[in-house]
Amino acid sequence: MTLPEEEVAEELTPGVPGRGPRRAPSRGRVVVRRFLGSRQGAAGLAVLVVMFLLAFAGPLLSPWSYTDRDFTAFLQPPSADHWFGTLQTGADVYAVTLRGMQKSLIVGLLAALVSTALAALVGAFAGYFPGWADRTLTWVTDLLLVLPAFLILAIMSPVFGEGTWALFVLMLALFLWMVTSKIVRSMTVSLKRREFIQAARFMGVRPVTIIFRHVLPNLSSLLIVDATLNVSAAILTETSLSYFGFGIQPPDVSFGTLIADGSKTAVYAPWTFWFVAGLLVVTVLAVNLVGDALRDAFDPTSTRPR
Amino acid sequence: MAGFLARRLLNYVVLVAVAASLAYMLAATALDPRSNYADRTPKPPPAVIDAQLTALNLNDQVPLLERYAVWAGGVLHGDLGKSVTGSPVNDDIARRAGVTFRLVLLGMIVGSVGGVLLGALAAVRQYGWFDRVSTGLSFAVLAVPVVVLANMLILFATWVNDRLGTQVFLVSGEYTGGLDTGFWGSAVDRIQHLVLPTVSLSLALVAVFSRYQRNMMLDVLGADFVRTARAKGLSRRAALTRHALRTALVPVMTYFAFTFGALLTGATFTEKIFGWHGLGEQLINSIFTNDVNTVAAIALLAAVAVLCASLASDLLHAALDPRVRAG
Repeated sequence: MTLPEEEVAEELTPGVPGRGPRRAPSRGRVVVRRFLGSRQGAAGLAVLVVMFLLAFAGPLLSPWSYTDRDFTAFLQPPSADHWFGTLQTGADVYAVTLRGMQKSLIVGLLAALVSTALAALVGAFAGYFPGWADRTLTWVTDLLLVLPAFLILAIMSPVFGEGTWALFVLMLALFLWMVTSKIVRSMTVSLKRREFIQAARFMGVRPVTIIFRHVLPNLSSLLIVDATLNVSAAILTETSLSYFGFGIQPPDVSFGTLIADGSKTAVYAPWTFWFVAGLLVVTVLAVNLVGDALRDAFDPTSTRPR
Repeated sequence: MAGFLARRLLNYVVLVAVAASLAYMLAATALDPRSNYADRTPKPPPAVIDAQLTALNLNDQVPLLERYAVWAGGVLHGDLGKSVTGSPVNDDIARRAGVTFRLVLLGMIVGSVGGVLLGALAAVRQYGWFDRVSTGLSFAVLAVPVVVLANMLILFATWVNDRLGTQVFLVSGEYTGGLDTGFWGSAVDRIQHLVLPTVSLSLALVAVFSRYQRNMMLDVLGADFVRTARAKGLSRRAALTRHALRTALVPVMTYFAFTFGALLTGATFTEKIFGWHGLGEQLINSIFTNDVNTVAAIALLAAVAVLCASLASDLLHAALDPRVRAG
């Protein structure tokens, strides 16, 4: 979502004066217009912005922080004092939920970025360099597909102690990139036969430079869409792992740990479960809508009646 | 074709061997069976712990490669080793594989058939009300993780049970133990247990399959051969089912095989939450009890399942698509 905004910013900066007003619209501008023109894209983006604001600015509105305990209110329903109610420990559900949301959003975004970057690099290098490089990279990709990701992450979980969530993000990303990398590889193979790549090769441009300057930019639409959809995949995986205690470790909280705790008390204290679950579902839904709308916006052949 | 399949098979076998070995090494390094003895009262003397761990091939003072060699030698003879309690892993896994298989098979059938039907119907009337509703619903379902969905189902079931005053949905286990109501009684009991886990497994599958099938179907609907089928006088229904649907099913079949392979361990969350004693539940339990051999055995099974799935998808592809057989 940040890339189209950057493109807009680039479009708006008065960098090229002197050109006539009848300039052909650039691809970036077309994509942004198509994206914002679609109802689901605009709605998804708006919801996501609200979610980010809520996660990072919302805690300032409440007097409670996520470490506070209110010893006068255990497991109380929502009230003026505690907007989302309190947990069994007396913790404020609003504060705890937003804290968990911060963590889940950051983990999801970073894991998606890392995994898409990994997919792009491995796929492009495997596609561009046939022979042993291709065979090795493809084999590693296949191996990671065969390894059950959940199992490896769960076994590694004792390593994710307090403050090592960056490592958790890396491990999460390590199991998200394989399928995209296969697509990138096959697209690189066909791109390599195109004239502009051939021209660059015969002019003596180094292969690595060709990959970064010519191959990857031509796959940018695929990669942007993939990164977006990976955000939701990463958030969902993080939730599932943390639910069973294999992900984010206490005292840190995330959507997964909150849902695990909330589901135990959900029958008689619904506020401990439904606020977290609802926010999670809305966030993931918004990310998926943005990803879908981006895919349509990048695809020149798609026609959606809007 | 046979040579191609043989090469594929060889490659897969090597992959599975490497994957299982990696999983064993990881489990053996990261998990610590010795800590299981720390909380016992009275605490057994270190020499006894060592002897027990060595007997189970779990002693962390034996070099990793030596333990690996013992484990791999056993696996080659069909022996998956012993669990931390000393019982053979083979028996346990065999029993649990049956439980998982029953759960996954039903969920998979309901999910794929439902998804394919929904997707095909949605594609035939693109942008009609049915298409819009099913698209919206599948987006909503895909945003709900299994852990949330399963808990929502349990809450819903408790609510319904309270309202009706009888136990309509049973939310824990595969069947009620010690039930003596004859064949039909126990069949009903099993179905009551089966409904919710199956729904939680298959809802997401329905959503994925319907999206996939819809896109495939839309690609095919505009194709020349469908128009030809109509032009030679077939009714719209016959052209759609006999020509369009069948062609659009080919890629979905591949996806089906892969999902089935992945689900054999992917049902972990459903099993754990609904208390089914299957492979997935055992996976989580064995990590918590530092049960290295069981973890490795399940990793091996998962890898083998993915292998079988990709082989099956190759074969299915060849069976459904004449071009693959000719080439």
